[in-house]
Amino acid sequence: MSTITIAAPTGSSDAVKAPPLRPQNRQLAILAILVIVAIPLPLILPAAQGAVAVRILIFLLMAVGWNIMSGFGGMFSFGHAAYFGLGAYTSAYLLVKHNVSPWIGMLAGMAVAAAVAVIIGYFSFRYKLQGAYFALATFAFAEMLRLIVTSSAFANKSVGYSVPLIQDSSLWLIQFPADSPAYFWVALVLAGAAVAISIVFLHSRAGRYVTAIRDDELAAASLGAPVVRHKLMTVALSAAITAVAGAFYTQYYLFVNPDLGFGSAISIQAIVPVVIGGIGTVWGPVVGAIIIGSLTDVTATLLRTPPEFLGFLQGRSGLDVVLYAVLVILIVRVLPKGIVGTLAARWRR
Amino acid sequence: MTELDTGAPVVPETAPPDQKIKADRGFLGRAGIVAAVLVVAIVLALVQSGSGLVVWQSVVTGILTGGLYGLIAMGLTLIFGVLDIVNFAHGAFLTVAMFLSFGMIQATGLHPYLTLIAAVPVLFLLGAAVHRGLLSGKGGGSLENQLLITLGLSLLLENGLLMFFGAEPKTIDLPGDFQFPLLGAVVAGSRLYAFLGAIVLGGLLYWLLRRTRLGTAIRAVAANAPGAALVGINVRRMHTLTFAIGTACAGAAAVLAGPLVTVTPTLGEQFNITAFVVVVLGGMGNVVGALVGGLLIGLVEQLTTIYLGGQSSLLGVFVVFVLVLFLRPQGLFGRRA
Repeated sequence: MSTITIAAPTGSSDAVKAPPLRPQNRQLAILAILVIVAIPLPLILPAAQGAVAVRILIFLLMAVGWNIMSGFGGMFSFGHAAYFGLGAYTSAYLLVKHNVSPWIGMLAGMAVAAAVAVIIGYFSFRYKLQGAYFALATFAFAEMLRLIVTSSAFANKSVGYSVPLIQDSSLWLIQFPADSPAYFWVALVLAGAAVAISIVFLHSRAGRYVTAIRDDELAAASLGAPVVRHKLMTVALSAAITAVAGAFYTQYYLFVNPDLGFGSAISIQAIVPVVIGGIGTVWGPVVGAIIIGSLTDVTATLLRTPPEFLGFLQGRSGLDVVLYAVLVILIVRVLPKGIVGTLAARWRR
Repeated sequence: MTELDTGAPVVPETAPPDQKIKADRGFLGRAGIVAAVLVVAIVLALVQSGSGLVVWQSVVTGILTGGLYGLIAMGLTLIFGVLDIVNFAHGAFLTVAMFLSFGMIQATGLHPYLTLIAAVPVLFLLGAAVHRGLLSGKGGGSLENQLLITLGLSLLLENGLLMFFGAEPKTIDLPGDFQFPLLGAVVAGSRLYAFLGAIVLGGLLYWLLRRTRLGTAIRAVAANAPGAALVGINVRRMHTLTFAIGTACAGAAAVLAGPLVTVTPTLGEQFNITAFVVVVLGGMGNVVGALVGGLLIGLVEQLTTIYLGGQSSLLGVFVVFVLVLFLRPQGLFGRRA
């Protein structure tokens, strides 16, 4: 080839077509459609499935939070229970002790979680913890918080908080009759907002810096990207979204204790949906949360009335975790990009 | 790739003498600081509790338990040093071995320590199978993938045990267990056996790594895998063997620890956490460091119980962990990468 061709639009057919939506607008449009489709769900589904739908949305909130830090930011966190628990405990404490609305408690929980995340993040980056060391440090902080909460009378030790019950339903106090669809709608608004924020963040200037830093920190820093500031911003945003999940969880189950708030199982529940759906993708947490949430329900039903050959499992716990552990191992071995990531890669080809 | 450091002086032979002296002095200095901190901690514990006997009992218990932590951490640190794998499933392997031991005792009435004959080979094979099947090759490449695979594996093993054996705690009784006084402190025989077993196994592992052809090959792979491959070492086989040996260590530790704990499916989780702390404290990949780190963590745990009382013994362990991660991520006895 002797002539240099500049990558211009080939042919004039493109000029006639309407310009394609920018990626973030396309994704936001898909999100809006999904949310609208989901609105009538609790009215159609039977009550038991309605509870599963709410659980899926809680998983989704946690997964979106984890994905922002570990997927977009590439900082593998093994301690998101810290932020979940801080959100849950802050809002529960304000509600129980000072009768503050859980909405305000939620905001306070987000602030506390973000502040703690920035402190942990600052020290971790200051001392250049990476990879496994970073994961272990986040885990250690979550466990420390669990132990501190378990042993401090301020947070009711291992008893935790129970949300005081009220007679009628109230949106201001996020409390409704047990199988009211309102819980689902509140969770849907929160989860939808979280996904929207993650989409906007990913395509914003800051998000581009963050992914650039993830892919090659040295190169990004050499080109003038403010590395530490953006890492801290990512960590804070991720923690705040996870805190929302914690605050809503407390309102929905009316109860939180150190293990439910800060236990390492919570950190794992934030990781697993993202791994299955696709780390670092926008839709991965959504797909993963739906799979994990329904899997938990299917196994629960299966164990309540087991078929002949599984009769020995009746009344045993653990099957759901076994299944999603197998799923995680298989996904990591066979589809390392997760379901969404693999599909997206195939689509582009 | 982290070099496997077995605790010998780490300066190469050709280093100028003054540098060697400096390295030694740094090592001695750190050991001195650790000892000083430990003495202060013990004195504080004395002040806090006001009873010499309580503190002495804690120190004895701490050291004996610490030996066990060291043994568990040795397998973990070996795997990390040679394969660069952070093995979240180590505690789960330990639990599997404990249930194996428990099952054999129930079925055949064997002496608990005799179940070593089965637990160590079975865990060796399990480790080899896990490495070959899950962790080597294309899919097990990156750090995140290994973290996730071992995490998934630990969930799988723990909940599999929970499904089949239920959550009821089980105990392993040591026939002819006895207690004897040691300068006023009460020492259970099972604890002493576990400690001595840990020392013996630690010595065996050290001998294996430093004095045998296999150990030399393992260390060569740890130091420089492509170089080792060039001189004819089968790197993949060495990786599998190392992982299997590390897992077998967990098997041995499980049998020794069996009579000291109540066996539940989630028991491994807590040991795993402690083992990670010990590994980081001793320097990742440093076998002797793991043993020393284990003793230190055993002491920290007991002393924290004196300071804070009750159930928060792990809190002190985590504080030490975070300090070490931040201030000396290469461990007390490791060198800067």
